Amino acid sequence: MKGTIKQISLFAENKPGRLAKIAESLSKAKINIRAFTIAEAGDFGVIRMVVDDPDRAYKNLQGQGFAVSETEVIAVQMEDVPGGLFKIANTLGKGGVNIDYAYAFVTRSDLALLILRVDDNAKAIKVLKDAKINLVDVDAIVNI
Amino acid sequence: MAAMLDFWNSRVERAPLEELQEIQLRKLKSLVDNVYRNSSFYRKRFDEAGVKPEKIRSLDDVAKLPFTYKKDLRDNYPTKMFSAPLNQVVRYHVSSGTTGKPTVVGYTRGDVDCWTTSLARALTSCGLGRGDVIQVSYGYGLFTGGLGLHYGAEEIGASVIPMGVGNTERQIELMQDLHATAIACTPSYLLHMNEVAKKMGINIKAQTDLKCAILGAEPWSLETRKRIETTMGIKAFDIYGTSELSGPLFTECQEQDGIHVWADHFLLEVIDKNGDPVPDGKKGELVVTTLSKEALPLIRYRIGDITVLNNEPCDCGRTHPRIMRIMGRADDMLIIRGINVFPSQIESVLMTIPEVGEHFQIIAERKGELDELTIRVEVTRAAFSDKLADLMRLEQKIGYELQKVLQLATKVELVETGTLPRSQGKSQKVIDRRKI
Repeated sequence: MKGTIKQISLFAENKPGRLAKIAESLSKAKINIRAFTIAEAGDFGVIRMVVDDPDRAYKNLQGQGFAVSETEVIAVQMEDVPGGLFKIANTLGKGGVNIDYAYAFVTRSDLALLILRVDDNAKAIKVLKDAKINLVDVDAIVNI
Repeated sequence: MAAMLDFWNSRVERAPLEELQEIQLRKLKSLVDNVYRNSSFYRKRFDEAGVKPEKIRSLDDVAKLPFTYKKDLRDNYPTKMFSAPLNQVVRYHVSSGTTGKPTVVGYTRGDVDCWTTSLARALTSCGLGRGDVIQVSYGYGLFTGGLGLHYGAEEIGASVIPMGVGNTERQIELMQDLHATAIACTPSYLLHMNEVAKKMGINIKAQTDLKCAILGAEPWSLETRKRIETTMGIKAFDIYGTSELSGPLFTECQEQDGIHVWADHFLLEVIDKNGDPVPDGKKGELVVTTLSKEALPLIRYRIGDITVLNNEPCDCGRTHPRIMRIMGRADDMLIIRGINVFPSQIESVLMTIPEVGEHFQIIAERKGELDELTIRVEVTRAAFSDKLADLMRLEQKIGYELQKVLQLATKVELVETGTLPRSQGKSQKVIDRRKI
């Protein structure tokens, strides 16, 4: 979908060495991780990341036997100033879009990026655009 | 103070072995004759094995008869294996099945009486009688433990507290208030009860009248016995039986040196892997023929427990053969908190859940005093979701489906695809970390 980017999600057991194994395999494939988060639920966790080449990362990890999926998420450019997150969250909230989860990172160019997994991508893109909030596309992610 | 009888039926319990064997042969002949005439199941089995009732002329001839298995009970659900007309049945008990189909056991009036007598002899041999207060903390209802002990305890004139399972604090309160002198439950539950009592500020040894416990329905070690006896200041007796044979039937006597099996009602064999008899004192699989049961007589029933047979008379004066402590299972059945669990049951549940793969692992552990079962399942790639809530819902769903079939709460653990051991035989599927 235009306006979204692909996030890589992985199922991982919550035990020593699992993250290292995943990171190693991406490193060998020369895939760069742009943003990254782990959500844990007891014995297992879900690793989510935005990478410079999601399709290759997906194939690589799947080839190694990981339970992996590609998810369409929204990347939003956020002003790295107080109130930056409020503006985005408020826009989505008023637009009736629910955020399932989100994580943020700051780039070298003093840009803050917010990755959003929402219940309705099309609606989210529309309300964000209407509020003049910049969405970031795949090319921008590669070039960060 | 309880009026202690030495024996419930002194003449029978101390009869010479030869006399008991005469009774066994007479009853075996009439049993074989009866089931051949009245049970289509047994007639077919005997015909297939080419054995006619008149071929049974000595006790050794029992080896000519075909074995029966738990599977037979399942395949003949609910009552097709019964040998008595259903209007003679005064009670049913039902145990959970290995692949969904439960096992139904029926009892005639005579069957209930025989079961009761067996336990009356057993409880008397533990030193219990009139004046004792016995708290029955086995499950009542379809499970045989509660009602079985209940009838036996009433028979010997003891006062029964029909407690059932659970509500531990109340159990301890009533144990104190009604001056229970004995309790019947699983060993792990008694240890749990002891822990709870401590938290309530009650010392079972000093602040209750408990003097003995009748413990069974799950394997336990001599070390556990020692721990129970010293920390709680009681004597702990092993009880044995299975629902197919009626329920709990036999216990140790005060010598605590093997479980007395009443030879006038049950014929025992211990066999090796090829089905051949092993000599007394050697380990093997227990095979039981019920000599007195009417509704559901079992011939050469493969219980699946591994034990040692001892035909020497006991120091207590009883002559009936003893089986020594159960040393394991001939199959892969696990006993968790008194409930029989077969890996095949877990497998068949998991197969109905498309989100999990065909690979799983069962881990049995003792957490504190209670056994816990963890089922590790692989998440299929197709079922994986990036949302944590979806995965947690999947865990809950698996746990719920398992509980419906096993009647047991388990812990479900999702693991990565490809991490569980592959096709290395059944034994790899079960890891029993309990120190029993």
